[in-house]
Amino acid sequence: MFAYIIRRLLYAVPILIGVNLLTFYLFFVVNSPDDMARMHLGMKRVTPEAIEKWKASHGYDKPLLVNSGASSLDKVTDTIFYEKSLRLFIFDFGYSDDGRDISYDIGQRMLPSLAIAIPSLLIGLLVNITFALLMAFFRGTYLDISGVILCVVLMSISAMFYIIGGQYLLAKLFRLVPISGFDSGLDALKFIILPVVIGVVSGIGSGARWYRTFFLEEAGKDYVRTARAKGLSESLVLFRHVLRNALIPIVTGVVVLLPLLFMGSLLLESFFAIPGLGSYTIDAINNQDFAIVRVMVFLGSVLYIFGLILVDITYTVVDPRVRLS
Amino acid sequence: MMPVVLWTDALIFILTLMVTGFVLYARSKPHIRAPWQRVFTGRIATASVVILGAFILIGLLDSLHFRLSLEDTGNNDETHYSGEVLSVLDILLGPVRTQVEKTYSAPFATHLFARETVELDDGSQVRAYPRLQYGGRHLQGSDNSRIRDILSRSLLALLEALLASLLLLLAVAARLARRQGKTTRVMLHVIWQRDTRLPWRTLLTTVALLLLLFFLVLNLASAYHILGTDKVGQDVFYQSLKSVRTGLVIGTLTTLIMLPFAIFLGIVAGYARGWTDDVVQYLYTTLNSIPGVLLIAASILMLQVYISNHPEFFETTVERADIRLLFLCIILGITSWTGLCRLLRGETLKLREAEYIQAASSFGVAHGKIISRHILPNVMHVVLISVVLDFSGLVLAEAVLSYVGVGVDPTMNSWGNMINSARLEMAREPVVWWSLLSAFLFMFVLVLAANLFSDAVRDAFDPRTRER
Repeated sequence: MFAYIIRRLLYAVPILIGVNLLTFYLFFVVNSPDDMARMHLGMKRVTPEAIEKWKASHGYDKPLLVNSGASSLDKVTDTIFYEKSLRLFIFDFGYSDDGRDISYDIGQRMLPSLAIAIPSLLIGLLVNITFALLMAFFRGTYLDISGVILCVVLMSISAMFYIIGGQYLLAKLFRLVPISGFDSGLDALKFIILPVVIGVVSGIGSGARWYRTFFLEEAGKDYVRTARAKGLSESLVLFRHVLRNALIPIVTGVVVLLPLLFMGSLLLESFFAIPGLGSYTIDAINNQDFAIVRVMVFLGSVLYIFGLILVDITYTVVDPRVRLS
Repeated sequence: MMPVVLWTDALIFILTLMVTGFVLYARSKPHIRAPWQRVFTGRIATASVVILGAFILIGLLDSLHFRLSLEDTGNNDETHYSGEVLSVLDILLGPVRTQVEKTYSAPFATHLFARETVELDDGSQVRAYPRLQYGGRHLQGSDNSRIRDILSRSLLALLEALLASLLLLLAVAARLARRQGKTTRVMLHVIWQRDTRLPWRTLLTTVALLLLLFFLVLNLASAYHILGTDKVGQDVFYQSLKSVRTGLVIGTLTTLIMLPFAIFLGIVAGYARGWTDDVVQYLYTTLNSIPGVLLIAASILMLQVYISNHPEFFETTVERADIRLLFLCIILGITSWTGLCRLLRGETLKLREAEYIQAASSFGVAHGKIISRHILPNVMHVVLISVVLDFSGLVLAEAVLSYVGVGVDPTMNSWGNMINSARLEMAREPVVWWSLLSAFLFMFVLVLAANLFSDAVRDAFDPRTRER
């Protein structure tokens, strides 16, 4: 087991190098730092001196890959690639284009992100499984068919509409909760409710329909028929056999998402003005802060790969038939 | 008049040709026709196809672009063309496009939505709701006459739609009757009893509903702003119709662009195995591990830098917006081919061990031939299912990306941009709701139809569900 994890971690290294090279190419080769400087300083009438100054103050004034002017080891280390890209591997994120410490910002913004993401995930999971089980219990009846149609209808509504509609209905019309904002400590609760509710509701359509197929697949298997033939009641079959076995794909599907919860939800956070990592990313995109976007791309990949490793480990825990080798 | 072929137009025409070619080819092949017939036996699927067809028609009409020639200045032979790129749809919509009000007005309104200071004839000023320039221009009297006018126009539309539907029904029945050797009367009864293989009754009902909508629009849209006007006074109905093309382009071209990569790499990896397989797997794992939105954001940011540094490449704003749309499709394609590629690789790995392929290779059939004759046709159902399943997701993704600021160009009509601007309108008091509602309705109908259709396609083509 331990050896397997080590091997998986080593396997992640070339992938991260690939991600790193790709972002380096996107951010520094497709457009040179000069272009970036011109973009930031405003398009027309920018003096070369101003560009040089902007580049120097952000550390973009070095050669891309090889610094022929430097001596020995500095040939490689005194370059943009080393300073900006390779440093990411030791989680040294450097400074954003407007001079803030990215690592500090990320640390500050992680908790609000999780405060929205974790409740949404857990409640959503519970709600989806309940609906899916109900549909599986009444499979083939009109209740099931109308449930599936309702799911397709819910799936066809844009997430944006859920958010705007929910904000309008619950916060503006009924005044149940504040429209947006965030607070520290327990005061944050009233700000969290609405995003979580909307996050759960917008996920019901696809989630419940997806889980229903897991339940139906499991319910069609031979051991379930045997259990029924023994005379077990339908609800007992459903809860003891079908649910427990169908949970394997459900749980592994959730585990892969766990690390990415840190990244927060782009839409929910920016609509509700929650100071999490999702709104951080959106703000960076809107302000064209390339340093932050680059860091978030790298961080997202790391977390995704971490999630994949977690899934493999979970498989061995929830399904004893799977052996890691 | 000078025809303008934008990049996305060209790709749309290629796609249309490909689909037409496929339909003609499939008509003569019973084994391809069979699953499609299964799709069209479903009532829901047939209705969705009719609705999708209406959307596609709008999109195609909106893809025939041209620039009008300007008035002759007289001093030379050269004709100058206006900088504005129009489409056939713009011409068909005519007054709806050109009748621009001052600012917000509600659906079917005759007055502006906000109070303004109006100067009276005697020089005094009052705060009042100014009369619209175009909406309900033909009306003279009070609010009562407006409602009567709307009702009479709607009634006319209803009659026209009924007449058109009846004619269509008779034509279909007569044609079917001739083919099956029955009288038209009997055929009408058969259609009503749903005794036909193709669900004609559902199909005709859907078409009749669409006809009703069409005639309603025809009668009402020239006299009123049926879905209101937006902040700069543009007709919201016109914007929603123009957005259809954007949605369709993103939903279809993205897949068109990514298909060759996904099919080629997936099949080659599964067939060749060994180091080729490792390379392809590495490639898609790496791309897959970057969160999609961030990769798109990074690429679009870079494109923005490029466009703003090279303004000389783009003659008109439409061309610039079009390049951005095409690039968005390419980026979306790059982030979304990995799923299909993985599926195809798995499927090919399974297939290459199948006995008929083992037999083919022991007879000395070349690899290329095995792939094109035996493997490719047998994985096409996977491709088809994933293409139709992806479509609705891509249409929805457009809205989100436009909100994030990395979607289509802000000057382009799209549902994402409409929803985006509606966000501020919802905070107004009283609420400006019609922009959001129309974007939502159009998008919802398209995505719902696509979802229902893709379910039917999956059920018909997926061998696992077929056995049940």
